[in-house]
Amino acid sequence: MGATIAVNSEDKTTWNGGGKRPFGASYGKMMMWFFIVSDALTFSGFLAAYGLTRFKFIDSWPIADEVFTHFPFLHGVHAPMYYVALMTFILIFSSVTMVLAVDAGHQMKKKKVAWYMLFTIIGGLIFLGSQAWEWKNFIGGTYGAVQTTDGKILQFVKDGHQIALSDFVVDAHEERVQHTRKNGLWYVSGETLPSYSVNEVVNSYKNNSDVLIRTEKIDLATKQKTILSREEGARYLLNAKQVVEGANLQVNEYGNPIFADFFFFITGFHGFHVFTGVLINIIIFFNVLIGTYERRGHYEMVEKVGLYWHFVDLVWVFVFTFFYLV
Amino acid sequence: MAHAHESNTKRIWIVFGILSVITIVEVIFGIIKPASLHLTSFLGTSPLNLLFIILTLAKAYGITWAFMHMEGEKKWFRRAVVWTAVFLISYLVVLLLIEGEYLFDVMSFPLTKWNY
Repeated sequence: MGATIAVNSEDKTTWNGGGKRPFGASYGKMMMWFFIVSDALTFSGFLAAYGLTRFKFIDSWPIADEVFTHFPFLHGVHAPMYYVALMTFILIFSSVTMVLAVDAGHQMKKKKVAWYMLFTIIGGLIFLGSQAWEWKNFIGGTYGAVQTTDGKILQFVKDGHQIALSDFVVDAHEERVQHTRKNGLWYVSGETLPSYSVNEVVNSYKNNSDVLIRTEKIDLATKQKTILSREEGARYLLNAKQVVEGANLQVNEYGNPIFADFFFFITGFHGFHVFTGVLINIIIFFNVLIGTYERRGHYEMVEKVGLYWHFVDLVWVFVFTFFYLV
Repeated sequence: MAHAHESNTKRIWIVFGILSVITIVEVIFGIIKPASLHLTSFLGTSPLNLLFIILTLAKAYGITWAFMHMEGEKKWFRRAVVWTAVFLISYLVVLLLIEGEYLFDVMSFPLTKWNY
C-alpha cells in the first residue's frame, strides 16, 4: 500500500513536502507562487473587465482627477493624485520592511526580523486606514449632482470649476417626509432623502445666471467634460429625476454608476487582501517572537508570507495606474 | 539558498529608490498632463497612457524580481510562473479591450437606444 502515499507521513519533515525540492524551491514556497499566479489571474480578470467597460463608455467615463481630490486636513483644496501617491508610498515602503525582514531571516537575526515585521504590519494598517478614508470621501461625495431620467449625471460648474449644490441651491423648505419604519410600513424604510429636492435645484439654477451644467460627455479634443450653455442646460434639467449625493452601487454623483461599482469591487477586493495579509503577518510576527523559526532552523515562513505581501503591493501598482493615472 | 548569509540590504534600498522615483514621475505626469502627450493618439491610446503602462510594468518587474526574489529562482520555475501569468493576462486583456471598443461602436449606432 505504500504506493498510494507519496511521502512518508511519519517523517517529521512532511511539512516541507518530505524534503523534496523540485526546481530547488520548497513545497510551501512553490505553492505560494502558484497561488499568486491564480490570484493574479483573478485580479487581472477584474481589471480587464474594468478596461472593457471603460472602452464601452470611452466618451463619458469619469475623469479620476475630478473624482479623487481630497487630502487629509486640506479642506476644499483641489488635490488630485497626491493622496493615492501617498498610499502607494506607504505600501511600497511596507514592502521594503518586509523584504528587510526576509533578509534578516536569512541571517537568523530574530530581533531584526521581529522589528521589520512589526513595521510591515503598521504600514499595512496605515494603508487600510487610508483606503477607508478614501472610501468615506467617495461614498459621501463632494459636490452633489442631478440624475436625469435616462440615468445621466448633470454636474454644476461656475467659472470653469465644479461647485457643490450647497453653493447655489436655496432651500425652499419644501415638505418632504422620509419614509421610515415609524411612519409607514414597519418592515421597510425609504431611502435617505438628499439635502435638496429636484425642484429646489432646478429653481436655483434658473435664478443663478452664472451657474452652468456639465454633462458626462467628454470632448475628445480637450479630454474635458462638456459644459452646456444656459438654455441647453435648462432643457436638460427638464428630465431631472433625482438629486444624487455621493456614490453607492446604484447611483454615483461623479458619473456612470458602474465606475463606482468597479471602484468598490476592485479596491475592496484588494483591501481585503491587504487585511488578510496583515492578519497573516501578525501570526508570523508572534511566531517569530516565541522563537518558532529559531527552533525550526530557518525563517522560510517569513519569506512565504513576504511573497504574499509583495504580491498585494504588486496589485496595488496596477490598480493605481488603471484607476488613477490612465 | 546559496545566498544564505550575505546581506542584500543595500540593493533593497536601491530598488526602493528606483520604485519611488518611478512613482514620483508618474504622479508628476498625472498632475501636469502635458497636452503634447495627453491629447495626441498613438497605438490606440495617448502616449501619456502608454508611458504610465510602461512605468507600471517596470515597477512590477522591480517588485517581482528584487523583492519577491524571482531572480534567485531556477530558470524553469521562474518561467512556469511568469510566462503562464503573462500569456494568460495578455490574452484576456487583448480580447476584452477589443470587445469593449466593439460595444462602444454598437452603442453609438443611432437606431439602438441605450439607457446606460
